Amino acid sequence: MDEISKVVRDYIIREYAQEGDDREITETTPLISSGLVDSFSMVSLLRFLEKTYEIHIPDAAATPEAFDTVERIVALVRRFQKAEVGFV
Amino acid sequence: MRAPPSYEELTANFDWNVAERELGYRPKDPVNIAWMCSDRICQLGLSNKLALLWEDYQGNEKRFTYDDIRILSNTIAQFLCGQGIQPGERVCLFLDRVPELYIGFLGILKMGAVAQPLFSAFGDESLRVRLADAGTSAILTQKKHLYKVRKIRDRLPHLQHIIVVDADATSLQEREIAFAMELAPRVEHFFVYPTTAESPSVLHYTSGTTGQPKGAQHVHYSIIAQYLTAKWVLDLQAEDIYWCNADPGWVTGTSYGIIGPWSNGITQVVLDSGFNAGRWYEFIKKYGVTVWYSAPTAIRLLMKEGAEIAQKHDLSSLRHLASVGEPLNPEAVLWSQELFGKPFHDTFWQTETGCIVITNFPGMPIKPGSMGKPFPGITATVLDPKDFEPVNRAGVAGLIALRPGWPSQIRGYWNNQAGYEAKFKNGWYLCGDRASLDADGYFWFMGRDDDVINTGGHLVGPFEIESALLGCRAVAESAAVAKPDPVNMEVVKAYVTLKGGFQPSDDLELEIMNNIRKRLSPLAMPQEIEFVSSLPKTRSGKIVRRILRCKEFNEPVGDLSTIMED
Repeated sequence: MDEISKVVRDYIIREYAQEGDDREITETTPLISSGLVDSFSMVSLLRFLEKTYEIHIPDAAATPEAFDTVERIVALVRRFQKAEVGFV
Repeated sequence: MRAPPSYEELTANFDWNVAERELGYRPKDPVNIAWMCSDRICQLGLSNKLALLWEDYQGNEKRFTYDDIRILSNTIAQFLCGQGIQPGERVCLFLDRVPELYIGFLGILKMGAVAQPLFSAFGDESLRVRLADAGTSAILTQKKHLYKVRKIRDRLPHLQHIIVVDADATSLQEREIAFAMELAPRVEHFFVYPTTAESPSVLHYTSGTTGQPKGAQHVHYSIIAQYLTAKWVLDLQAEDIYWCNADPGWVTGTSYGIIGPWSNGITQVVLDSGFNAGRWYEFIKKYGVTVWYSAPTAIRLLMKEGAEIAQKHDLSSLRHLASVGEPLNPEAVLWSQELFGKPFHDTFWQTETGCIVITNFPGMPIKPGSMGKPFPGITATVLDPKDFEPVNRAGVAGLIALRPGWPSQIRGYWNNQAGYEAKFKNGWYLCGDRASLDADGYFWFMGRDDDVINTGGHLVGPFEIESALLGCRAVAESAAVAKPDPVNMEVVKAYVTLKGGFQPSDDLELEIMNNIRKRLSPLAMPQEIEFVSSLPKTRSGKIVRRILRCKEFNEPVGDLSTIMED
């Protein structure tokens, strides 16, 4: 697991996983469709990513599909990290 | 074959006793919603018909016939009686959309108690406030939500029974008891408590501008309206497969996610899953959903994901589409027409009305963006806010008002009769929303008439959020207002002043957002926090939210002289 994956996964476990919820969260665990993170809570997750990685993720890209797993979130972060430095 | 009666025909000859006759109810007889939705359907010869097809996000499926829900609701009712719970006591359902939620709802009503469904995403403080107000004596919950109950139970002296539907007894503490619905001995016969028309049935909490949320008190007679509106507006027919997206923690999920379909003997499907466009379309295709009752926020999320995902699935089973929660924008109606070949029919109602009151009736021409017309038997108008007389002029904005007396009108707010009485003016019930009427009698929604925030179809009260904000370590003062949002119609925005020693920062904003999300709910979490040096106040120091709301909506503030003198 790379550094971004680890940071995102740890944040989700810390902020969103409930105390009694014994589901394991891996890079491919559904987050939105499992109800672990709902579409309203996505906003605080988005804010965390933008703050931590100093990127801007536009609304059009911040879809429930794009946030549904740690793996997809990491891909989203990478995409906009590149955008910030002018690769895209 | 004779065409079904038109809206005009039904309106001209309408009497609620149509529903009474069809349900076999005679005035003054006992009436129990749960019996009507299970035992009665079995007596009609539909014991083996599927009542509930349930699936979770992992694709695990369960099926329950009408006989299953009759027996399992008996089983739950008997279990509750065995715990010493008495008729009239409030029993909370704090569950995800698992079968125990739907069947437990019937079980509570069968033994004469009052069902108090609460959204399982509520945090401990939202839960505590509602359980304390209702004096709730029992709660049905899941292991995953138990930690929230444990945090607050010492402050809830009435809460004597914490029933966990998926735990083994060894992991439980004092006052907690395990109950596995499907493993418990099935109770074939249960003496259904003889509730009458005016017996309390369901207590749903709803938010207002001032004070904490209010418990809207429904009665068993509400089924008359919920049955008929489900049949006529949602156009439910014997062979339909019906899907209501709403969570029974909110009124749509009970009126039209339990009572409406089951009193009509319909097969309904439930997907216990968060939003996922592909998964939703697959679900419609898999079960051949014919009638879909959804919400504008969900529809706009589907629009945002694009048409390509939808086009990968055969959605031709869909026959009738309806929507509730907030105004359905014209673009969504047109999108639906293009994608599904049929429009979403917008419906308007609220916790206090218990049933759909203004609607785009099947067969009636739809004007995209309009709320439609009053349901037959409902007298609705738009009142002048100055004298509370009907406006009677097309295109002039006023307050949406209803003549009291329809069957599912709430009978009061729990512990707050004054608050209930304040909702009536000049013999009209005021919904708290503004609209105009056009020359054809269609209603056009304009917005709330108060500070309540309608986000994703749910009403959130600013007072509850502001109280929670004041519990954050850095917050000195706060004001929560609505902010326009393309998907959710409105979202919560908080204006905050900080205590000495704290500076605005991204970290602090995120800390406050997460704090509110966990203590109240994701819906109540401010999606934006603006740190300010002071808040607009009246002469007596009351915060004037209206100024901040108008700023968000880019609207003129208007004359504030009276308010500022307050």
